[in-house]
Amino acid sequence: MSSTALLLWAKGPGFAFAAAVFLFGVTLRVVEMLWLRRRPDRSVARGSGALQGLRTVVSRFLPAPGLVARSPVVHVGGMVFHLGLFAVVFLYGPHIAAIRGMTGLDWPGLPTGAIDGATVLTIAAMIVLLIARSKDPVRRLLTTGADHLAWTATLLPLLTGFLLVNRVALPFETLLAVHLLSVELLLVLFPFTTLMHAVTFAFARYYAGAIAGRKGAHS
Amino acid sequence: MSTKPALLPLLDSHGISRRDFTKYCTGLTAAMALAPAMAPRVAEALERARRPSVIWLSFQECTGCTESLTRADAPSLEQLILSAVSLDYHHTLQAAAGHGAETARLKAMAENAGQYLVLVDGSVPLGDPGYSTIAGRSNLDILHETVAGAAAVVAIGSCAAFGGLPAAAPNPTGAVSIGSLITDKPVVNLPGCPPIPVVMTAVIAHFLTFGRLPELDSLGRPRAFYGDTIHDRCYRRAFYDKGLFAKSFDDEGARKGWCLFELGCKGPTTYNACATVKWNGGVSFPIQSGHPCLGCSQPDFWDAGSFYRPLSQPWGADGHLAANAVAAGIGIGVAAGMAAIEAKKRAAAERQPVTLADLEVKP
Repeated sequence: MSSTALLLWAKGPGFAFAAAVFLFGVTLRVVEMLWLRRRPDRSVARGSGALQGLRTVVSRFLPAPGLVARSPVVHVGGMVFHLGLFAVVFLYGPHIAAIRGMTGLDWPGLPTGAIDGATVLTIAAMIVLLIARSKDPVRRLLTTGADHLAWTATLLPLLTGFLLVNRVALPFETLLAVHLLSVELLLVLFPFTTLMHAVTFAFARYYAGAIAGRKGAHS
Repeated sequence: MSTKPALLPLLDSHGISRRDFTKYCTGLTAAMALAPAMAPRVAEALERARRPSVIWLSFQECTGCTESLTRADAPSLEQLILSAVSLDYHHTLQAAAGHGAETARLKAMAENAGQYLVLVDGSVPLGDPGYSTIAGRSNLDILHETVAGAAAVVAIGSCAAFGGLPAAAPNPTGAVSIGSLITDKPVVNLPGCPPIPVVMTAVIAHFLTFGRLPELDSLGRPRAFYGDTIHDRCYRRAFYDKGLFAKSFDDEGARKGWCLFELGCKGPTTYNACATVKWNGGVSFPIQSGHPCLGCSQPDFWDAGSFYRPLSQPWGADGHLAANAVAAGIGIGVAAGMAAIEAKKRAAAERQPVTLADLEVKP
């Protein structure tokens, strides 16, 4: 198969399959979760559950006081990884062009050099976090094969994207095809692995905040 | 070899001085990525060339490649050099017709056996030979007959190099490239729709100077001209790196000359020299004129998605597919939720309470 044919497959049938699995899987997981509902709380509310729920969704982007000092690698590494990943995925011109073409949404991006730097930092943070995880006996015990799969599926698009932008080893067309295939692997795995937390985090934080808020606690 | 006059007298007769010729040879040497010291050798070879016979075969093509080479506003050096290297057979340019034309081809082949160059533009139809014939014979027959005694073959244009437009889906004629049919001779591909004139003459000049074809890439193209992508050599590259893109053909970005990536530019995947050599005597090239690169020197460029869709944009998923996937997710998600609730109720109903007696250690 030529690199052109591989690219055409990755952009056409390959992406169609991956997008269908992604949308189907994410919808299924969210609908199933919402369908289960929570047991109604019949007590008199002492505060606004909804308001506290929404505040918690935002406030927990920052670590609680003291936590950074207790485990700096996890918190600083985690912050670098998540911010870097967000910038690489959503603020790179060609990615914005792809999203604009599919949804009509558009926003300004960052220069290629900034994205390149963010990619390096993100990959470095992933490696540091993996090492830290492997050295901690408790987290090592909690880590499963599915976690390593999610880690690998996240690393591959970053790595192939970096090689693509910097034209390392292979022609652009081949690298673009490989990059797209790695993104498609990520999309397929997303709903059925811990990667799904990129969607469910909002629900989890809202529930936690709403329960506390209803009892009169502030997030 | 042909008995026609050598190149220099011909250039003289067109008012082109030796100085102009030397400058041209220096430029040609640079374009071929040869050492500057090779320029005199290129000039000497072209001067002395007794013009190896060149047979130009035209199959399934549009004559655009010939137009590119010969239809300049003023006679170009490329055109004159091509003329000087003894074009013994060319449908568009030769005076002879019918049996006379075919006789000229056979005569050139016999007189220059093992030494002549075959230039081909157009693809060969294998599905039904009747789609393209010359003097009642199939393109395939004539190609094999002509190439049998050739020194080398040059596939000119994307049709000859990769099948091009005739081979675009659904490829009704079963068109194939020249390289896929010729396996026992050196074949160099000069793709482009059309290719840049200087690329064609540079390959001929290289052959005359060194007696062999230039270094080729994995697709059989001369590395000197097809070694870099349009994107890597594009003067708008700085805007790409800054994240500044034209979003439409008439927006502020387009007027300011920003990168055309979002308008579908195929520069990043296209290997050619348009951005450096340019067209019309170095005046401009498509991107400089405000239009994205179509990627015409790459295989299957006609079938590689829309010319105006960004390279990074997949096209497999549309609204219909997305709606179906979401609908299926909702349906199965509700069913899974209901099943989970039922399972929970069943577990609650079937639960066996644990008593203290159960927990006591029995002797």
